[in-house]
Amino acid sequence: MAHDENISPNTPLEYQSGIGRLNIFGFWIFLGAEVILFSTIFATYFSIYTSTIGGHAAHGGHAGGVPMPGELFEIGNTLVMTIVLLISSFTCGLAIHEMRKRNTKSMIAWLVITLLFGLGFLYLEITEFMHLVHEGAALGTNAYWSSFYFLTGTHGLHVSLGIGWMILIILQIFKRGLTPDTAKKVFIASLYWHFLDFVWIFVYTGVYLIGMV
Amino acid sequence: MFDFIKDNLILNDPMLLGANISILLSVIGIVFILTYFKKWKWLWTEWLTSVDHKKIGIMYIIAAVIMLFRGGVDALLMRAQLTVPNNEFLTSQHYNEIFTTHGTIMIIFMAMPFVIGLMNVVVPLQIGARDVAFPYLNALSFWSFFFGAILFNISFVFGGSPDAGWTNYAPLAIEGSPGPGINYYLLGLQISGIGTLLTGINFIVTIIKMRAPGMTLMRMPMFTWTALITNFIIVFAFPVLTVTLALMTFDRLFGTHFFTLADGGMPMLWANLFWIWGHPEVYIVILPAFGIFSEIFATFARKTLFGYKSMVISIVTISFLSFLVWVHHFFTMGGTAAVNSVFSITTMAIAVPTGIKIFNWLLTLYKGRIEYTVPMLWSVGFIPTFLIGGVTGVMLGMAAADFQYHNSYFLVAHFHYTLICGTVFACFAGFVFWYPKMFGHKLNERLGKWTFWFFMIGFNVCFLPQFLLGFDGMPRRIYTYGPEDGWTGLNVVSTIGGIGMGIAFMILVYNVYYSFRYAKRETSGDAWGAGRTLEWATTTSVAPFYNFAVTPEVKGLDAFMIMKQEREAGKEEKPEYKPIHMPSNAGTPFVMSVFFFVAGFGLVFKLWWIAILGGIGVLACMALRSLRSHKEDEGYYVSVEEIINTEQKKEA
Ligand code: HEM
Ligand SMILES: [Cu+2]
Repeated sequence: MAHDENISPNTPLEYQSGIGRLNIFGFWIFLGAEVILFSTIFATYFSIYTSTIGGHAAHGGHAGGVPMPGELFEIGNTLVMTIVLLISSFTCGLAIHEMRKRNTKSMIAWLVITLLFGLGFLYLEITEFMHLVHEGAALGTNAYWSSFYFLTGTHGLHVSLGIGWMILIILQIFKRGLTPDTAKKVFIASLYWHFLDFVWIFVYTGVYLIGMV
Repeated sequence: MFDFIKDNLILNDPMLLGANISILLSVIGIVFILTYFKKWKWLWTEWLTSVDHKKIGIMYIIAAVIMLFRGGVDALLMRAQLTVPNNEFLTSQHYNEIFTTHGTIMIIFMAMPFVIGLMNVVVPLQIGARDVAFPYLNALSFWSFFFGAILFNISFVFGGSPDAGWTNYAPLAIEGSPGPGINYYLLGLQISGIGTLLTGINFIVTIIKMRAPGMTLMRMPMFTWTALITNFIIVFAFPVLTVTLALMTFDRLFGTHFFTLADGGMPMLWANLFWIWGHPEVYIVILPAFGIFSEIFATFARKTLFGYKSMVISIVTISFLSFLVWVHHFFTMGGTAAVNSVFSITTMAIAVPTGIKIFNWLLTLYKGRIEYTVPMLWSVGFIPTFLIGGVTGVMLGMAAADFQYHNSYFLVAHFHYTLICGTVFACFAGFVFWYPKMFGHKLNERLGKWTFWFFMIGFNVCFLPQFLLGFDGMPRRIYTYGPEDGWTGLNVVSTIGGIGMGIAFMILVYNVYYSFRYAKRETSGDAWGAGRTLEWATTTSVAPFYNFAVTPEVKGLDAFMIMKQEREAGKEEKPEYKPIHMPSNAGTPFVMSVFFFVAGFGLVFKLWWIAILGGIGVLACMALRSLRSHKEDEGYYVSVEEIINTEQKKEA
């Protein structure tokens, strides 16, 4: 993998090693696979979307009946989640911007901020799930709620993995500084993070906005 | 814990008891041999931690051959059961388990790993690369496939096997099967599927980014082309399988309602999702086979492949169409006439590019100086038999006719004609063809011909009668029938054919042993003397671990052919060696896959603490890998001295 010759110093740091270029290209293909993965989950969600067996129209009285999605979704909470994730995507972009300018310190600062917003998103999502379960809409309630949790849960799991991953990367930068190798890792993690944001937009419109009408 | 083992170990069935004992004995035997000859360290450093694509390929092929044995034993058990009416050799439950594991193992754990193994051995060589793009990931691919396969395979001695068919249709697989069998299916496939997806990514990057200078896309050998397209199909199809399996795992373990009959589940959704993956899967195993045959035809007819461009176009077309035809698997399950017609037409459309390929192969052979080596026999034998599979496939593709043959033995005969002639013939052909590249000597040609004829005749004797049985109304997946049905005679014939194939397999295994002892060692990289593509351009017969001492330069299609012509014209330059960079071995892929296995096993039996333990292990391995820097992991350099030494071995 020693195709590192003839690289202009103007090339972004993450592209300066042969393995870095291969990794980034491979990661794009991995994201292609992730698109298929989420599309399949969305397709499942939309096929099962009307399977709200046992659902009832009146809010609150869940004795015996099962709440409908429209009754439980709260536009405010999910809108805050969306904004939090969008901001984290933006701060992640700023981190890459600083990385290109070789400002290691501010890059790390923006990464940490990104992480904090990610954790905030997770916190909001978990409290929302707890609220839903409390209202009688759990994983095994009916097909609709199963697919709801599967879709949002898969996204949430991705976010959690992303957070763990980014922590590991920050540790490495503390240890080794900014090299073509660490820069590549930051760059790939940022691609992943933007992708999760992109998927969330679809979750927000597909699940929450449509679920409310 | 002891109770758990006692309750799940299957000891009441004499046949399985025998299997248990023989597995135990083989394990003890292997452990003994390795200890006695002090081979543990060798095994670990040379194989288990290897990231060399050629070794990984060989391990894939060995695993696939073992799985072919297991699936073949299943097949013979089924044929034994069906030979005579009212047979009580197997119970109905046992028969269900056997056809399920047979189908699953043959497709997922035999055919696919076999072609992936050949790809591993050949593709980097064919494009003139040192290795695949991500050697570490490649090892992980192999080991997760391997441990997924083991998880699936222990089901028959521990806890019970899946019994809902290889298609595992809901709701049968949820409500109709309470034991751990289906969980084995779901998790075994899931774990090995991870490996397959990684292979897909790895090979796409390898083929797109690591070709030797001068090798444009339209100069790539046909096998590399089919590998590229196949890996695209993998990347697009396998995530669908991942989700589908996960959904059913949730239904079975966590009480969700995706495919259940109760609470709004949609059993039909399983069938749709399964075939969106399943039909492309068929092409994942068929397309590389087409590539293998193309290489062999060109080599032993000593001609450039006819219609190279149209070959490329037809593979791409087939791969597109393969995603569009999944509905033909449930024509009879209540689709509208319009839907059925559309999918019927797309299904038949696949026959067109396939037909083009067959014409191209025939034209390649036409006026060639044909040499009937064993790989060539398999390839030539493939054409007429595959045609039978193709024509009957078009018959099934017609929605109207499908109502007649659906779920009959006609279907069983059809898919064996395509899968065995397409994939298995190609695997055998490629195995024999590239054998000297892997092991430094050829397989014995005489024994190889015996294998071929036993298999070819046995195969047709086994499956031709099944078309007739289908016309006679014999349904698939039945474990017995009555004498009054009138199916006895043809079933007897079919079983005899099955035995013929079993004998062929044994001759093949004997051939490996025989040739290892007695075959003449090859001295040049071009073992058949007729190689056209770069894998034959290595100096030693078995490619050295760094593949090429000097990266070859490609000047056209059939790059090695051109190099040979130049050499004859005396235009060869003296090679100038430089140190070569190679990746170092890694144990994490193996360890991580063991943790996958542990997690999978825990989930199969809902032993949450084991599952969590395995999961933590997997995450820890991932974290460790992430924390290692490129510096620590950057491999090592092979010195010029060592290269010269290796390169001159051929003269010794
Ligand atoms: C080598 C000789 C083989 C024999 C004698 C054989 C025989 C059989 C038999 C008797 C069945 C059960 C039919 C039924 O009762 O419905 C079956 C099913 C099947 N076979 Fe084979 N087979 C062979 C090889 C293969 C190979 C190489 C593949 C794939 C690459 C394969 C794939 C399948 C599949 C997918 C099924 C359907 C399983 C199901 O119904 O779920 N077979 N085979
Ligand atoms: Cu199909």
